Amino acid sequence: MTGKDEAELSRLMRAAIAGDEKAYADFLHRIAALVRGFARRKIVQGGVDPEDVVQETLLAIHVKRHTWRQDAPVLPWVYAIARFKLIDAFRRRGRRIEIDIDDIAETFAEPEAETVSDRDVNRALDTLPPAQRSVVSAISVEGRSIGETAAKFGISETAVRVSLHRGLAAIAKRFGQGRFGRQ
Amino acid sequence: MRTEDLIKALDADISSKAMPLRPAWWLAAGAALVIAAAVFWMTIGPRPDFMAAAHTMRFLSKFVFTIVLAISAFALIRALSTPGASTARAVAWMAVAPLLVAVAVALELFMVPEVMWSTRMVGSNMMICMGFIPLIGIGPLAIFLWMLRYGAPTRPVLAGAVAGLLAGGLAATFYAAHCFDDSPLFVATWYTIAIAVLALLGALGGRLFVRW
Repeated sequence: MTGKDEAELSRLMRAAIAGDEKAYADFLHRIAALVRGFARRKIVQGGVDPEDVVQETLLAIHVKRHTWRQDAPVLPWVYAIARFKLIDAFRRRGRRIEIDIDDIAETFAEPEAETVSDRDVNRALDTLPPAQRSVVSAISVEGRSIGETAAKFGISETAVRVSLHRGLAAIAKRFGQGRFGRQ
Repeated sequence: MRTEDLIKALDADISSKAMPLRPAWWLAAGAALVIAAAVFWMTIGPRPDFMAAAHTMRFLSKFVFTIVLAISAFALIRALSTPGASTARAVAWMAVAPLLVAVAVALELFMVPEVMWSTRMVGSNMMICMGFIPLIGIGPLAIFLWMLRYGAPTRPVLAGAVAGLLAGGLAATFYAAHCFDDSPLFVATWYTIAIAVLALLGALGGRLFVRW
């Protein structure tokens, strides 16, 4: 990570919080790649899927974005959340690991591509009330817009936004409590 | 769900707003203050000779200890609830209140003859002290734990304990206005135990409720 990346990511996050969706998507993609590299290097033995850690970190970043001070650098904030979620993933599966903060900067260095398999997020999604679940699925898996989703289910855009927000918050909360699927 | 898909969902939700953590903490502190004040006034209230006592060093010193504790704990808990925030300076400030108490205890031991030490330490209403500091502090503690849930503490148990110290500092500030035992020997013993009870409850609350 260089100072330039930090400045660029902070700028994207500030734009995102101001409501710029494009900046937010860009930010999340970059953060996902960085956290993926970090998680893969840290998870040397099985039991924890790095991609689950990536997704839990992204969700936590999303629901906790009000905890980022806009005048502070964004990467230390991201690292701290990623590290917390990684340790949490190990703890849930009854393992203990120690992560040296010093190697984080280095291990974050290279963006990596995702692998596909069954996900904790799917299990968490399955626990949502049907209305929230179908809205979250329509926007994520089916890739529909807010407007398209509203038309599909015959509800208002506001209702879609509310269901989406509550659904994501509930998934993030399930992760936090470790209450989903596989143990 | 692929990460790509998750990002689409998060992106569509960017317009949802939440109050930034800093103003939220000030709001919580205000609410905690109101609750502590209400419980204090409805139960014990200030001692009748408050105005006269306010001219004595020992009485005033109690407020210095408790207010310094509350302020330093407030700074630390805000840092602890923000991922990646540096806590080193705030942790160092946490030493100030105990140091002030230690100095006051040393001075008291110098000024007061040895035969009176135990009387000063035991005081006249230690049970009230031990009961009312936690009682006044429990509401504020609940608010602070709720705020930790709203924030993102990466060390929930520690953050919970600091929430207890903050609630304790706040509650002890009110209680000090009621308490007739002004000796630092009393404060160092019973206030410390009462505040430690809140810190322990806070740590437990952090362990059980502060998940994210």
